[in-house]
Amino acid sequence: MKKYECNVCGYIYDPEQGDPDNGVEPGTAFEDLPDDWVCPECFVGKDEFTPVEE
Amino acid sequence: MTRSLFPNIDWVGYVDWTVRDFHGYQTRRGSSYNSYLIRDTKNALVDTVKAPYACHLLKSVTELLPLAKLDYLVVNHAEPDHGGSVGAVVKACPQVTVVTNKKCQAILSGYHDTSNWNWQLVGTGDTLELGNRTLTFLETPMVHWPDSMMTYVSQDGLLFSMDGFGQHYASCHRFDDEEPIETVLAEAKTYYANIIMWAGKPIQRALEAASKLDIKMIAPSHGTIWRSHMDRILAAYQDWVVCKPSPKVLVVYDTMWESTAMMARAILEGASQPGITAKLLYIRAGDYTELATETLDAATIAVGSPTLNGGMMPVIGGGLTYLKGLRPICKAGFSFGSYGWSKGGAAAVQRELEETKFEILRDPLECQYRPTPEVLQECREAGKMLADKALALTCAVESKS
Repeated sequence: MKKYECNVCGYIYDPEQGDPDNGVEPGTAFEDLPDDWVCPECFVGKDEFTPVEE
Repeated sequence: MTRSLFPNIDWVGYVDWTVRDFHGYQTRRGSSYNSYLIRDTKNALVDTVKAPYACHLLKSVTELLPLAKLDYLVVNHAEPDHGGSVGAVVKACPQVTVVTNKKCQAILSGYHDTSNWNWQLVGTGDTLELGNRTLTFLETPMVHWPDSMMTYVSQDGLLFSMDGFGQHYASCHRFDDEEPIETVLAEAKTYYANIIMWAGKPIQRALEAASKLDIKMIAPSHGTIWRSHMDRILAAYQDWVVCKPSPKVLVVYDTMWESTAMMARAILEGASQPGITAKLLYIRAGDYTELATETLDAATIAVGSPTLNGGMMPVIGGGLTYLKGLRPICKAGFSFGSYGWSKGGAAAVQRELEETKFEILRDPLECQYRPTPEVLQECREAGKMLADKALALTCAVESKS
């Protein structure tokens, strides 16, 4: 599963880690995050994220 | 007014003795907007001041350097308290090159007409040679906006730390050893709690990156410059980034006809156990700034409101909205409050505490009209529970470290 980087603050969403602080279980793909999920560090929405090139 | 940090590195900022409201933050001791001038083969100004004080900045710079000789303006952060005078400086020094990162350039362009500006864009690890001195840039996003960065002068071990380590503190002095240090640290704590508490993880990353530098002096963008007590502010930040709990219980409340106040005092009485600091904050006698500061190191918190029109009191609602945005972590607590013919206040408070990710220790503690002796006894027991939980949380952290 692909990692995604926040264009605004540089936070990396790693599907292996999820975002447990905000109720997202480890193993959740970025595409499966709820539409109202926001960057846990700077609050912007999913549309501000870009796939990380490996 | 200027003040030397090192030979040919001078503070040229503006001390704002009069500001008492910094976008809602009650700045009881005023503030300063710190700007620094480095004179070398090439000359650089690091950050500016809030727009109304641009003339003071330009006057201070001209005491040391003709404006036509300013080569670079380093902008570490575009927020108007630091970047507000960038336009005025560029207008007075059209030859100047604005040195900043891409995100900061975009934000500056949102606040100023930058169409004629000269730019040099930099990122982490990039350097700018001035002659005898070299500036190295370190991007520190979210400390305190996405554009934030720090600038390091390797020859002196000097870190321009932007909003990190700042304080809203007006003084005729510039350095930490010229001030009552406990007061400066208290203001640094208030600043951290009210401005950047929500950014604990980005700040941890910035601290880690900065720890690889040989730092002898930290010059923030507000308040006192750290040169003798760096160990104390760095240690404090290590605690604050994780909202390290201390054995402290905070009881916050608003009241209408004293019933919720009676409950608050009974909770405080129960929480006032050996080894515990218990504090009572009547929100209308204090303010949201104090609420955030007291929350930073409290382990447990009770928040009370009577019921007004089926919900909580607006002043408590505002305080909880403020706290939620600041994202205090690892807190436990509960809500309480009185009601008349219908409930609603304490439950509304609990919903906010849940959204702020507090561990909820019990159902809302409620009483109708006036608390009976039984209700007050329940309040004392709930206060004791807050104290016990505060000690447990504190011990858990101590045993981990």
